[in-house]
Amino acid sequence: MQIILFQIGVLGESVIEMLHSLGKCTLFISTACALMMTPPFKIRRIIDQLYFIGVKSIFVVSLTAVFTGMVLGLQGYYTLAKFNSEGLLGGAVALSLIRELGPVLSALMVAGRAGSSMAAELGSMRISEQIDALDTMNIHPLKFLVSPKIAASIIAVPLLTAIFNVVGMMGGYLTGVVMLEVNQAVFLNSMIQATDMQDIVVGMTKPLFFGLMIAGLSSYKGYYCDILKKGVYGSESVSYATTSAVVISSVVILVLDYVLTAILL
Amino acid sequence: MTEPLIEFRDVSKAFASNIVLNRVNLKINRGEITTIIGKSGMGKTVILKHIIGLMEPDSGQILFNGKNILRLNPKERTQFRFHVGYLFQNVALFDSMNVYDNIALPLRENTKLNEMQIREKVIDKMEKLEIVEIRQKYPSEISGGMKKRVGLARVLVMDPQVILFDEPTTGLDPIRKNAVHSMISHMQKKFGFTGVMVSHEIPDVFYISQKIVMLDNGVILADCPPNEIENVDHPKVKEFIKGAESLKDQLTGLKTKKLITSQFIIELMRSVHDDSYCSILLFKINGLNKINETLGFVTGQKVIKHFASFVEHYLRISGENSRYSDDLILTLLPNTKLGMAKILMGKLEEALKTYPPLPGEGYTPMNYSISSSVVEIQGQQDIENVVTLAEKKFSVIGYFELK
Repeated sequence: MQIILFQIGVLGESVIEMLHSLGKCTLFISTACALMMTPPFKIRRIIDQLYFIGVKSIFVVSLTAVFTGMVLGLQGYYTLAKFNSEGLLGGAVALSLIRELGPVLSALMVAGRAGSSMAAELGSMRISEQIDALDTMNIHPLKFLVSPKIAASIIAVPLLTAIFNVVGMMGGYLTGVVMLEVNQAVFLNSMIQATDMQDIVVGMTKPLFFGLMIAGLSSYKGYYCDILKKGVYGSESVSYATTSAVVISSVVILVLDYVLTAILL
Repeated sequence: MTEPLIEFRDVSKAFASNIVLNRVNLKINRGEITTIIGKSGMGKTVILKHIIGLMEPDSGQILFNGKNILRLNPKERTQFRFHVGYLFQNVALFDSMNVYDNIALPLRENTKLNEMQIREKVIDKMEKLEIVEIRQKYPSEISGGMKKRVGLARVLVMDPQVILFDEPTTGLDPIRKNAVHSMISHMQKKFGFTGVMVSHEIPDVFYISQKIVMLDNGVILADCPPNEIENVDHPKVKEFIKGAESLKDQLTGLKTKKLITSQFIIELMRSVHDDSYCSILLFKINGLNKINETLGFVTGQKVIKHFASFVEHYLRISGENSRYSDDLILTLLPNTKLGMAKILMGKLEEALKTYPPLPGEGYTPMNYSISSSVVEIQGQQDIENVVTLAEKKFSVIGYFELK
């Protein structure tokens, strides 16, 4: 009986800790968003972050997109061929990319690249007392460090998604039309007929939330790296925060994808 | 009695089961430098972090100008933070910004000054700390000592009312250590800020502090002026002072004030017992403040060191040379009458005519002088009284030029 009670206690403690972290994280992201919308607005810092998160992710996003599009074209052709519907390949590729794969995969790439970097940067600043130094200089650390990242991420991720979609469709065209000899006009016409504004709205709404989550969660992990896990301090805590940021961002993107799809469909 | 600027009332703080502050009562007076000493890990830095608001106590009050800082509204808290600057032990420079941007950041974020005005303030502080030439470098490209000076400049650029120094001289060589202490003291006198310093540099901090506080196991064991710290009747205080204080001044290599005071007492007792004589020579470097302000504190310390080497070279056989204070060198001459002491002084004055120039080059031309006096010790005199008497009899023995 004692053992059972002890186990329940341990479970309860974990749940309480999880809820505490959830609350703390929500407050963190909400505060950063609120500060983002209060003057003075540091446009230069947002542009710097936009360059880092957006511009520097173009290559990896494009690379992922072209191969995703090519696989979609390949797999889609053979699947549709079973139903003598190869002519619908263009539409299948476009819809898959615009509604699902574009937002999710580009967000996952940004989480892996920029999210880990944000966590590492803020974690290093935390352990070297740079965040405390900002506080002592009357500079709000969240407004100075986190708000520009969130603002830039909300702008960059949808734009990267758009790039992903276009490049992905080119990849699909490469395999479908060039390699598998689907009629070009049929392919392109199918693409245009299958997609409408609703698909684009859904496809571009999701990245807004994904961008917020990537920057918010990664920044949270780095900012509080020194207290994230008991017994983990110094450089190890930065390493833990970086890994944790990528994992949690990726999981949240996938969960949020389902929730948003259910709401928006 | 004037109200203290900062006051801790029954402040307690614990981290898990480790009690770091145990009902601490502490008063920090306006316009003074208070140094907190004690063994490592005893909570000295925790006191500083409580003052700046990076930590909150578990119980007790912390008052600033009579107001409890734990109960300030956000606007008052912002105003309070403008008045207090903090120099971290590891400096905490922003490694993604160069030195200039690090120092300019508080001005850019907190004031409405334009870039020209910011540049003027930043360059002024950089010149005083001799770091202008590294303004484009990044923190990873500069030495530990330079990082300290950049950190100091970043704090001073906002002209705060209170400056908290967390071991400001850790990692610095003796010249720069003394330069930092000298600079803190000089800036404090010039700008009138209140300084609270955590340090292990005994006895150097005694030269510049008006109050010494010793913290041990969360409790204050001593809270008094530097000259009374040795009278504190607590074994831990005595043990700490004895253990931490070295016999030789790190900058000049001469004996410390503590050692020469002990020797003075011995010689005084001997002279009374044996009916013999004892004299002192006192030297002062005039114009040091101007050198510090114009050429920097490092040059000022080099001037002191250079002259101290000269005195040691000429008087090491005749007497015991010591660094009595920041700018005073005292030579104790046992078994020496006033007449003989004056002859010795005369010989030294003669030797000063061939005083070698300060090593190094490229100094802005600047004049300074050395004053001296000779006093014979009579009766039961206190060394402080003898020094005060000697200071009244100063006469200039040489004029020199830095070039």
